[in-house]
Amino acid sequence: MSGSYRRRRGARYPRIEAVAGNGLLDRRALLGRGVIYAGAMSTGALGSFAAAAEPLKDAPLTDAPWSLELGATIEPYERPSRFEKSVVRTLNNPNGQPGAQGARTPHHLVNGVITPNGLHFVVSYGGAPDIDPDKHRLAIHGLVKQPLVFTLDALARYPMVTRVTFLECGGNSAPLFSPQPLQANVQALHGLASCAEWTGVKLSTLLDETGIDPKAKWFIAEGADAPHLTRSVPLKKGLDDAMIALYQNGERLMPANGYPMRLLLPGYEGNMNVKYLRRIKLVEEPAMSYWEAKVYAQILPNGKAYQFYLLQEVKSFITQPSPGLTLKGPGLYEIAGIAYSGAGRISRVMVSADGGRSWAEAALQEPILSKAFTRFRMPWRWDGSAVILQSRASDEAGNVQPTRAEFVAQRGELKAVPPVAAVLNQHCNAITSWAVDSAGEVKHAYT
Amino acid sequence: MPTHSMVIATVCLALFTASAAFAEGPNVGKPIDAADIAAWDISIQPDGTGLPAGGGTPADGARIYAEKCAQCHGPDGKGGVAGVAAAPLVGGAPITDISAATKTIANFWPYATTLFDYTRRAMPWQQPMTLTNDEVYALTAYILAQNNLIGENDTMNAQTLPKVRMPNRDGFIARFPEAM
Repeated sequence: MSGSYRRRRGARYPRIEAVAGNGLLDRRALLGRGVIYAGAMSTGALGSFAAAAEPLKDAPLTDAPWSLELGATIEPYERPSRFEKSVVRTLNNPNGQPGAQGARTPHHLVNGVITPNGLHFVVSYGGAPDIDPDKHRLAIHGLVKQPLVFTLDALARYPMVTRVTFLECGGNSAPLFSPQPLQANVQALHGLASCAEWTGVKLSTLLDETGIDPKAKWFIAEGADAPHLTRSVPLKKGLDDAMIALYQNGERLMPANGYPMRLLLPGYEGNMNVKYLRRIKLVEEPAMSYWEAKVYAQILPNGKAYQFYLLQEVKSFITQPSPGLTLKGPGLYEIAGIAYSGAGRISRVMVSADGGRSWAEAALQEPILSKAFTRFRMPWRWDGSAVILQSRASDEAGNVQPTRAEFVAQRGELKAVPPVAAVLNQHCNAITSWAVDSAGEVKHAYT
Repeated sequence: MPTHSMVIATVCLALFTASAAFAEGPNVGKPIDAADIAAWDISIQPDGTGLPAGGGTPADGARIYAEKCAQCHGPDGKGGVAGVAAAPLVGGAPITDISAATKTIANFWPYATTLFDYTRRAMPWQQPMTLTNDEVYALTAYILAQNNLIGENDTMNAQTLPKVRMPNRDGFIARFPEAM
């Protein structure tokens, strides 16, 4: 194929050599002189060169109706185009029955590294409370020298910081504990993770004013929601990068993400980032709350359980292509995905198109921020045969994402296939495999 | 030199990004005392710190359970009510599977104080913080007794509850102890 296009184009572009099995190309091709994109224009990805030369019978380039009339009046708060109705979160409990409600981010339908606020994932134990920000209070007490209470207006007086960080539910990717690969898309498998730019006041700034009793080793954070959700957090984290987040991607927090304020613990288990934050109590020992002593304690095959897992470990997954995004014929494609680690910056993402037998290094999109989504991209020439795509991330602390086989050898797997939305386990960061068949259809697979 | 000091102070002010470099904060937090925070200070520690006065027995709890809990958790506390995801409160075989669905009060929860804390702050699901402290103690006693973790006539209060030994107390490990 490539040979024939070269002849047509007068051999202006040299063929890019594969650097790993099944057509993975050197990532530097993405940074060069448009070689990949020139290739994609003339091969299967966007139709053959011959077909493109035909007259545009189906869609001639004429003025469309919207080019011949004035557009809609501009609204105060804009919403996406009506053609984007399918770009929404999926809900596991749409009627708000007693129990947790989850809303998953559609990773396969968005791009970049920032999750729009309306698409940010949510796990809620009591619905989104209707909090009047003028009446909300944040109290800091316990092992402090002077207990204080803050209004939202008072917090606005303090120096603020802005940082991009991901949040991930401890139960994200739980379907990979299934003994058989659950046939679901990337939203269902990994949609309980999102990334946003958060702005607020560092907790350490407020603790400077309350003072800290040297006996304090933990703090208890508690929300103003119906279950009064509460988690214990090491004070070490509170004095490091913990933030009282007031803004999400530039606007006030979304109601289901903690309006008017939440605790933000970059890189730590989502549930610990307590929403509707109303109280912080410094203590000597953790409270062993329901959520830390039971819900987010992960059973291990030896019968013990992890408690206070804290970190979300290094992970990546391919978002394009992925189930539902069928490849339209052989040719040049870009494999893209997301990588992140609670331990710091992503240092490297490797991609395989042959189920892990050979790997090539993906390009990482700048900026590569600590504890934030990092977009990776990999040029790929698909020859139309069945392949298995994988990504494997490493972080600056030296952690490498495990294969699923390595992961379940340590952490076990379920005896029976669970419902896809049932979060029966936590903290799976194993490699995800997408099997592409010769028709271009993508399915979840194990290797 | 005054002028020199003023320059340094100005530079410091311009450079501050967070608290550490800025010793003098806005100081607009309002001082509070223990009485001010009492209504919100509902955290219970495993050693019993925070437990309120009052108490209750399994028999008291059985009556309250039937009225306020059974509709979601089932008449015998074993869950299974159609359309409700409420956890079973009674029973639980020894854990032989890694599924969270197998975790129960009897086979997993490390501290009995958590039962008081969670029931008071979050239950009943639709009406949290409506139970009296005596009712929470009684419900705690009832559920612990149904699980054979205390006797049928044992009273739960601030002294007795922290002493209840839960079977899985030592079943936990930390993933990253250095972060704690």
